[in-house]
Amino acid sequence: MTSLGADFLPALVDPDLPVPAGLQDGKGRPAGRRFNVYRNNVTVSLMEALEQGFPAVAKLLGPQNFANVARIFVRENPPQSQLMMHYGAAFPTFLAKLPAVAHLGYLADVARLELAMRRAYHAADSTPLDPAVLGALSPDTLAATAFHLAPSVQTLASTWPVHAIWTYTMVQGSPKPQAAPQDVLVMRPDFDPEPHALATGGAAFITSLMNGHSLGAAHDHAVSANLQFDPTETLGLLIAGEAIAALRLEPVE
Amino acid sequence: MTQHSTLPAAPGIGYKPQHYSAIMDDARPVRWLEIHAENYMGGGGRPLAQLRHLAERFPVSVHGVGLSIGGETPLDPDHLARLKHLCDWLNPASFSEHLAWSTHDSAFLNDLLPLPYTDKTLTRVGDHIDQVQNCLGRQMLLENPSSYLAFATSTWAEPDFLRELARRTGCGLLLDVNNVFVSATNLGFDPRGYVDAFPLDAVGEIHLGGHDTDTDDHGAPLLIDAHGTAVADPVWTLLDHVLAKSGPRPVLVEWDNDVPDWPVLADEARRAEKALAALRMQRPARSAAVA
Repeated sequence: MTSLGADFLPALVDPDLPVPAGLQDGKGRPAGRRFNVYRNNVTVSLMEALEQGFPAVAKLLGPQNFANVARIFVRENPPQSQLMMHYGAAFPTFLAKLPAVAHLGYLADVARLELAMRRAYHAADSTPLDPAVLGALSPDTLAATAFHLAPSVQTLASTWPVHAIWTYTMVQGSPKPQAAPQDVLVMRPDFDPEPHALATGGAAFITSLMNGHSLGAAHDHAVSANLQFDPTETLGLLIAGEAIAALRLEPVE
Repeated sequence: MTQHSTLPAAPGIGYKPQHYSAIMDDARPVRWLEIHAENYMGGGGRPLAQLRHLAERFPVSVHGVGLSIGGETPLDPDHLARLKHLCDWLNPASFSEHLAWSTHDSAFLNDLLPLPYTDKTLTRVGDHIDQVQNCLGRQMLLENPSSYLAFATSTWAEPDFLRELARRTGCGLLLDVNNVFVSATNLGFDPRGYVDAFPLDAVGEIHLGGHDTDTDDHGAPLLIDAHGTAVADPVWTLLDHVLAKSGPRPVLVEWDNDVPDWPVLADEARRAEKALAALRMQRPARSAAVA
């Protein structure tokens, strides 16, 4: 054996490769299944990290199916960072393309929501803007105003009732999901991320605000997804969720 | 004795967030905490807020699991910068890492993988330790691994390899007594002989943890460093042997999987406290000097 990277590593992640030469027990005999301890540690620790990061997906699939799916994912997608808190960013796309779960069309969007909540959990802290500052603005000024949102704010649009599916899966006693598209806003007023269902267009509205557009421009973006979109309710959610950190001096055009 | 860390020669525990309230309420007999560096490299939120509060009350040891000091590829400069950022704001009582690798090129394998002990790897690991200590501006402790196999190419015994690294770089060592017991069982050497060959003067911290039992292809016992159970009795006995030779040291109990309620961990810490107290009875002069 000449190299950890060229010999040890490939056999570690591919159980079909033979145990590398030059590895032995204490008596000079070939290492054999001793090498499997490392193989097992790598695969199982990554599968466990994935299960911790995507508890709703794991519940929806059940333990055996989740293990089967996770094993394929971790072999194809070893972490690219030492920060396991971010592991699994590619999992939603992987699920969307996996034929074995094609009958669960909503699964990838549930994974996206769980990823958004994990990002919110670890995001930088921020201090909310005093709501009185907004209250003092005239309607015209408010429409021309842009914001810095809290780094924990996350949003996503789904063609599935993804918020209702997540809630039904994770919160006991929640109502059965009704078929309807759902946009979701995730905010973290203190330490625990909270997902909120939004009217269609809500994700476009939030994304536009995150990009630094004015309230009026964000409203225009939302209306292109939903003619009836009313920004008042979503703006109220942002204020109540302490998600507006500051006014932006210049809106992004 | 050279000062390798400012941790107290008392029991510590590997911190788990589910024990936050219990620890803030009454941590006795635990006197200090150890965190895994990589879990506190996010932007903010509860992990960093808890750590800030804990660090106001307890000495904290930062224990890295992802630096890949034993790796063939250069240390990841981004990760080193993250470690520096964490150590700069926290100013921990100790920073430690492993004689192991986990990253190759860009793939991170989330495990502590073994390396052969040769002149070539000695130079490379030594260079990596120099780089870490220069970057952090502090001495680090290097931990002995759990071994499940050996490399035919190794030309150094592990205690000698660690002693030479400490001599060349000025780093301290973290002696994991469970790892010694696991490796000794798996590779068929005498754990006391390993301890007797170990440069105990360089040891700034001791680790204890639980292991699982499996068997190899020949039916021989194969112990797994699983950290999911209480510390085994022979490991406590080996700890007594270490302490009798080293004198009092900070002793940490690690329990990372199937984590029990706080009272179970506190009992493990109490056992470590007893081992340290027994030592003070036997060696009053030395313990007074170190404490």
